[in-house]
Amino acid sequence: MAKRFDIRRQWGFTTIAMICFFLLYLPIITLVVFAFNSGQSLAVWEGVSFRWFVAAWNNSQVQEAAIRSLVIALFASTVATFSATMAALATTRTAPYRGLTFKYAFINQPLMVPEIVTAVALLIIFARIKVWTGYSGLGYLILAHTAFCIPFAYLPIRARLESMDLTMERAAADLYATPWNAFRRITLPLLWPGILAGFMLAFVISLDDVVITEFVKSGGQDTLPTYMLGQLRRIITPEMNAISTVFLVISVLIVTLFFLVSRKRA
Amino acid sequence: MASAKQVAQSAHRKDVLNRWLLSTPALLIILFAAVGPLFIVLLYSFMVKGDYGDVKFGQFSLDGWFNVFMQRDIFDDTLTINDAHLAIFWRSMKLSLTTTILTAIFGFPTAYFIATRSERNRDIWLFLVTIPFWTNLLIRTFAMQEVIRNEGVINSVLKWLGVIDQPIQMMYTDWGILFGMVYVYLPLMVLPLYASMEKLDFRLVEAGYDLYANSFQVLWRIIIPIVKPGIIAGSILVFIPSLGAYVTPRVLGGGKNMMLGNLIDLQFGQGRNWPLGSAISISLMAIVMLALLFYVRNATSSGARHG
Amino acid sequence: MKAKLTAAFAGLAIIASVGAAHADGELNVFNWGNYTSPEMIKKFEEQYKVKVTVTDYDSNDAALAKVRAGGHGFDIVVPSANFMPIWISEGLLLESRPDQMENFKNVDERWVNVEWDMGRHYSVPWQWGLMGMIVDTSLYKGDINTSSIFLNPPAELVGKINVAPEMNDVMYSAIRNVGGQWCTTDKEVLKKVRDTLVEAKPKWIAMDYGVIEKFASRDFGAAFYWNGAAIRSRLANNDVKFGYPKEGFAYFMDSAAIIKDAKNVDNAKLFLNFIMDPQNAGMISGFAKYANGIKGSEAFMPDDMKGAPELAVPKDLEAAGEFLKPCGPEVNELYTKIWTDVLK
Repeated sequence: MAKRFDIRRQWGFTTIAMICFFLLYLPIITLVVFAFNSGQSLAVWEGVSFRWFVAAWNNSQVQEAAIRSLVIALFASTVATFSATMAALATTRTAPYRGLTFKYAFINQPLMVPEIVTAVALLIIFARIKVWTGYSGLGYLILAHTAFCIPFAYLPIRARLESMDLTMERAAADLYATPWNAFRRITLPLLWPGILAGFMLAFVISLDDVVITEFVKSGGQDTLPTYMLGQLRRIITPEMNAISTVFLVISVLIVTLFFLVSRKRA
Repeated sequence: MASAKQVAQSAHRKDVLNRWLLSTPALLIILFAAVGPLFIVLLYSFMVKGDYGDVKFGQFSLDGWFNVFMQRDIFDDTLTINDAHLAIFWRSMKLSLTTTILTAIFGFPTAYFIATRSERNRDIWLFLVTIPFWTNLLIRTFAMQEVIRNEGVINSVLKWLGVIDQPIQMMYTDWGILFGMVYVYLPLMVLPLYASMEKLDFRLVEAGYDLYANSFQVLWRIIIPIVKPGIIAGSILVFIPSLGAYVTPRVLGGGKNMMLGNLIDLQFGQGRNWPLGSAISISLMAIVMLALLFYVRNATSSGARHG
Repeated sequence: MKAKLTAAFAGLAIIASVGAAHADGELNVFNWGNYTSPEMIKKFEEQYKVKVTVTDYDSNDAALAKVRAGGHGFDIVVPSANFMPIWISEGLLLESRPDQMENFKNVDERWVNVEWDMGRHYSVPWQWGLMGMIVDTSLYKGDINTSSIFLNPPAELVGKINVAPEMNDVMYSAIRNVGGQWCTTDKEVLKKVRDTLVEAKPKWIAMDYGVIEKFASRDFGAAFYWNGAAIRSRLANNDVKFGYPKEGFAYFMDSAAIIKDAKNVDNAKLFLNFIMDPQNAGMISGFAKYANGIKGSEAFMPDDMKGAPELAVPKDLEAAGEFLKPCGPEVNELYTKIWTDVLK
């Protein structure tokens, strides 16, 4: 054959994908560009300046909020991904058994309820517990975030699992592998893209959460979104852009690091 | 010596037990921090509303539920169906459906593109797709404003190219909201789709071509059915949360028209009617649960076949 | 999970130590977003060696729900005037007697015996302002001292008006515009209110917060909004002027008070006294650009606020301004129904 026919090609898909990526980054680029705006406005460009980065540097409230967001998101998405992976393994690739449908609905429940409702309900319960135990640290926020992150991690992992059939694991069992070994050496690596997708989704969802955090937080526990929500009613300056840019850069650095490390191991 | 049937049964039981054990962490966390609190909400929906928010605990009333569906007209005291609530519900429903469909249309090629990159690069592309979403929602929505405003990026570029004379009004329109919603919910569609597609066995695709199918048929008859779980997962992840969305519609739509999220929010805020807010939420949840259960039946049966 | 909690504690400890080096005490302030001057907080921290954390809220109802539920950890809260009676009647505030504090003599007389806190037994004025018409006069040359601009928009401004999504303020304006009184249950009046709002809404472009930007970029031609934002809009676009609706306009005043179960009562009292000092009050105002209730603070305000027309009610319109009182649950339910109807 003269020209290699690429069986993967679908008409127009690459174009659409490229357009998507471009449009995805357009607002982000605007955001980053305006972080360097010397004027006060988010819209009117007045020249280059680092003043907003300086302002953000001096704004300890924002820095604390950002760090807090990261800490909560890391804990919550990790625990959520663990739990979700186990739950997905438990509820997929099996003949229906008693309670399966119930479990599925249960696990996805946080998705189904408007955030404000969960937020108010959590406020009421956690407030009582806070008064009983006197503990009012980040634990509540982490617990709340983990809960609503689970379905977000669960669904991609489950989708991935469903596209995998059991022949490989059966082959492993035939070769006298213990279930744990089979899991570790076969299922897990195959499942990994799903787990990764789930983790990242959960991470992002946790970072973004406004409503539930707003209601559950105690004094001095602002996260970045709740801090910005407070700013919403007053004025928004490019300081927000500067903070977001820094946040973004740090996140990218962390992820790149993570990549390089896992590449080496692979 | 146990019979084969008994062995099989006890193995099955052990398997089910294992599955329950595996799901315990997830179930417990959700019980404490999501489902459990919901019972409070259910309880609250049956209470008398407090004078200044909250409820008069212990005093029961069906007013909350009544007001979800019916209303007493304030001017002529007639009892009618609460068309304000219906209108708001329908508006949110339409927006969510459209958002889901659009994210699927745009997300599918994107996920496919990522899944068909080389092994080395796939993860990189995946991260590229999620990085924009590590800024947070409020900031992203404001940044989106900058793009679609009358003097924003899109209009400025189009003007500069001479394509238009007057700016296209996108801000504060339904199209603007849709644009923003698709933008916000795209990764929720792409990630599950990708997870499903990545394992796609292209030998099946090749077989399709060998049998003289064209690329569209291959797509429709081979690829899509295999990645159906991903499509379902993505649709759920987009449709349901978008029903309660209110930040994006408010910022980009100007807040003139209430969404379901705004309506519920109002009841817990200035409206000071927690029972009504609770009742509306439970109703919403019930509708959504029905839809979800329908999908589960669908998905579980195909899952069993794979086993 | 326990390991995570311990780690969370550790993380929190690290975060806490990122702040002030060594502090003798703490103070937790619960305030509106972007309403607390960081300069003023720093000064307080240095003067009294207290570490201050500021947590934000975006609505009176959210703040009330939070504190009412308990276990919040806040010491100072800054409710609006129309909510203060609720806070007091539910026993959520400490009767800290600011009127007996050293700096009380600086409080402007007209803000001492206010309906919602007679004699100031509970609270100290933080900032006050009002909602009126912000208009870009390059688009509209007529009288701007009227709420008819957003309730019955002139042709030049149709499709360019923003109305703040504040139920009470908008309802108040509409009621007064058709000739009624606040808290009225008169069906005739309310019907007119509902119809006016429903008719006017299609002529608005948005009901949003954050107008300053939009005046700068001329996306908005007019807005029914707060006067502090009006100052900043004018600084960004000098065609912008502020109008006081002659049919009636509503003041808001936020006052700082100590929460009943506050942990750091002594530091909180120091704080209340601190903000009654003209220099510190000036700092508070300079940040959000609203007037405050302390005499002599003008001298300490930034230049762009001195003599600003948005802060001085014209003599002939003074009678039209009043504070909104809480109307009671039945009326609130009525108004919420109308509001939902308008927004559906």
